[in-house]
Amino acid sequence: MNNKQFSAQIRLETLKELQHRTFGHIGGSMSIVELLSVLYNDIMHVDPKNPNDPTRDYLVLSKGHAGPALYATLALKGYFPLEMLKTLNDNGTNLPSHADKNKTPGIDMTTGSLGQGLSAAVGIAKGLKIQGKDNRVFAIVGDGELNEGQCYEALIFASKHHLDNLVVFVDDNKLQLDGPTKEVSDIGNLDDRFRSFAFDTRRIDGHNEEIIKASTIDALNKKGMPSIIILDTIKGKGIKEFENLTENHHMRFSEDDNQLLDKYIALLEGENNE
Amino acid sequence: MSNYIKEVTKTKELRKVYGNTLIDMMTKDERVVALEADLMSAIATKSVQDTFADRLINCGIQEANMMGVAAGLSVTGMIPFVHSFGIFVTRRAYDQLFLSLGYAQLNARIIGSDAGVSATHNGGTHMPFEDLALVNAIPNSIVMEMSDDTMFEQLLKKTKDEYGLYYFRIVRKEMRKLYHEDQTFEVGKGIVLEDGSDVTIVASGIMVDEALKAREILAKEGIDAAVIDMFTIKPIDETLLVEYAKKTKLVVTAENHNVIGGLGTMVSQCIGEQHPVKMRHIGVKESFGQVGTKEYLQEVYKLRAVDIVEAVKDGLK
Ligand SMILES: Cc1ncc(C[n+]2csc(CCOP(=O)(O)OP(=O)(O)O)c2C)c(N)n1
Ligand SMILES: [Mg+2]
Repeated sequence: MNNKQFSAQIRLETLKELQHRTFGHIGGSMSIVELLSVLYNDIMHVDPKNPNDPTRDYLVLSKGHAGPALYATLALKGYFPLEMLKTLNDNGTNLPSHADKNKTPGIDMTTGSLGQGLSAAVGIAKGLKIQGKDNRVFAIVGDGELNEGQCYEALIFASKHHLDNLVVFVDDNKLQLDGPTKEVSDIGNLDDRFRSFAFDTRRIDGHNEEIIKASTIDALNKKGMPSIIILDTIKGKGIKEFENLTENHHMRFSEDDNQLLDKYIALLEGENNE
Repeated sequence: MSNYIKEVTKTKELRKVYGNTLIDMMTKDERVVALEADLMSAIATKSVQDTFADRLINCGIQEANMMGVAAGLSVTGMIPFVHSFGIFVTRRAYDQLFLSLGYAQLNARIIGSDAGVSATHNGGTHMPFEDLALVNAIPNSIVMEMSDDTMFEQLLKKTKDEYGLYYFRIVRKEMRKLYHEDQTFEVGKGIVLEDGSDVTIVASGIMVDEALKAREILAKEGIDAAVIDMFTIKPIDETLLVEYAKKTKLVVTAENHNVIGGLGTMVSQCIGEQHPVKMRHIGVKESFGQVGTKEYLQEVYKLRAVDIVEAVKDGLK
């Protein structure tokens, strides 16, 4: 299966999962679909039958509220049955709204309190280096999440320790919870900021699988310094009517929303059957 | 004894009360300033921003910095009202809360929303079971848990001109309505909702409702329970607790919080030192939070009326 097809499957399963639960963090889940697709279909060395394989590559979803997209990806990879996606946020579930390493097979770090995941990713990368291992580490942070000062502490650590086994992805969808990131807390030019922290930095189209793949491979080949890939993305990507809406951060689906979701689910199902 | 509302009805959403009360206070007092950390939509303070754009500061997702900024604002004589979810204003920014505000002896109101299980589907990362413990441990802090909308509004207004570190623990949405408009609230004074002779149930927040329901169940079995709304956790109302410890054979505390460091701890310290009687504690025991409906979580953590009833019977054995 090519990455584009895998993206369509992830988007479909994530939408079904969220619609079944009737509410959830849809916007930030949709904006990382293509990234998850490329990472899990083409880049990461993982074994769904052995989620704790010590030779695996690690992923820290620092923006832990996008769990639903990662759960769909993991289910499609075979970490657990697709059927389990229906238990998202159920009482007693193993698929809680924020990613939890002790509940879900394939989740490498517990996140949800923004700003903490990047430090954990940096710690994993350092731990692997100390042990002379060549596993790679990937982290996904939100543009709003980058408000947290702890992120910059992690960046300083990563460049001081030359963690070239780490690639950080910024889901730059230009929105945080209360509105446009530029309005809530303008962090300025991200590219310049990261370069000043001695990170190998690039900005790409976050919804183009080919570009994501090529850039990730480039980043992994960069030796001596950690890498950051800023993804230009659209919050709510794929559901035209929801795209770029502040309200898409966390939605409780109305009757109308549901009809819309039905339409997109049917479309994606058609695509997947082609 | 309070003439509380016995009929079970709902309060206004406490977040609405927060927004409206802020606007009222900001209109009357130029020193009032509100700080948010990208959860304005959750606490419904957009209307405040529309009215007072320069005094509603959305810091972005940076709770630690927000605490420091509040400290600085207080240095200039302003009165910061600082809101985020309970975990983020305590766990996520504790040393800033402790040192820059507490130790520096500055003036601020901290509002921690989504108390305990009311964080429902946000799950363990977002569920404060230890915020009271953390704030209680700060010397001279005043720590309160709101059990009703009228209480919240009145106490926000009443404490505005006091000086110090005040913590308001709230649920964001509706809860059971308890008080009439003319009820008065005094920081540090518990409210006796029901008198009783066999056991005293001391509760706060959503557990007051459970305590009242437990009282009804117990009454059918011939057990007469007093119910106290102990909305001020610190300083705890020692006079009232000693009075009821003398009057009843057993004191049971009920809180939507870890049993370590919150209401139960404060009550048992007081009673243990001043008039020891048997005690039982309802609260979260050695557990992290998780996702679920409020009802489910109350069942899992044993925070229901029936759990209080069981504790009372056990204590009376
Ligand atoms: C420490 C912390 N503060 C606040 C929140 C509440 N919160 C959840 S998501 C979010 C906005 C995140 O924005 P961004 O990182 O841009 O994520 P995305 O747009 O990808 O959803 C906020 C404020 C949180 N989870 N953690
Ligand atoms: Mg964003």
